[in-house]
Amino acid sequence: MIGLSHYLVVSAALFSLGVLGLLTRRNAVTVLMSIELMLNAANLNMVAFSRYAAGNLGGQIFAVFVIVVAAAEVAVALAIVLTLYRLRRTPNLDEADILKG
Amino acid sequence: MTAEAVVFWALASLTVASAAVVVLSRTLIYSAFALLFTFFGVAGLYVMLGADFLAAVQLLVYVGGILVLLLFGVMLTHRIYDLELRNESGQLLQGAIVGTGLFLILALSALRSQWASAPRPPAPTTGAIGQLFMGHYLLPFEAASILLLVALVGAAMIVRRRRDA
Repeated sequence: MIGLSHYLVVSAALFSLGVLGLLTRRNAVTVLMSIELMLNAANLNMVAFSRYAAGNLGGQIFAVFVIVVAAAEVAVALAIVLTLYRLRRTPNLDEADILKG
Repeated sequence: MTAEAVVFWALASLTVASAAVVVLSRTLIYSAFALLFTFFGVAGLYVMLGADFLAAVQLLVYVGGILVLLLFGVMLTHRIYDLELRNESGQLLQGAIVGTGLFLILALSALRSQWASAPRPPAPTTGAIGQLFMGHYLLPFEAASILLLVALVGAAMIVRRRRDA
């Protein structure tokens, strides 16, 4: 019998993999992909709670808003990555240290 | 095992395995294509949770929009014709410790807790979600549309080549 906790564990695995990618990867585009993984994990949690615990559609509504924010975020972030690449010829986040004092 | 369990475990292993490929792959383009399968797996899990509208949105926005945008990012920040599409990683040990610890905490708290497990019977959600957006959630809905507009105009402004610079 598949219950709420099964979905929560899958979502926890997705979120932890996203954290791992965020901490270890150097490439800006891969870091963005990791953030998308974490947002998907949060969405999965909210949809699962909306099905099993809440009894209304609030979780799904929130998931739609998270998808909207993810789309806006990835557009702006890719614009920043492209500008950085034009400026420094690298997508490597460790080399984007112009603002360092 | 029931058919529901078989489908769930298939989708869950597809999602988590391809997410691991996204994070751990050495080649950037493999990460991007593995992300496609992660999004498909999450959409399948949405279908199993009775969220038909959200599964369609997931496929349209994530696979059709965000993933294509990320692929553009991969192609534009690398010379695609050379084999130097490397994807370095550092601090793998510390990251693995943090990631595993976080997963253990989250999974244990999810498994130990006593959840109310009375699922709603699956029903079409599209009409109800539309009425909620046009009624109870009207203000956040409009704010989200303005946010999207501002973000897209801002993104176009950032990547624009300035004449005077």
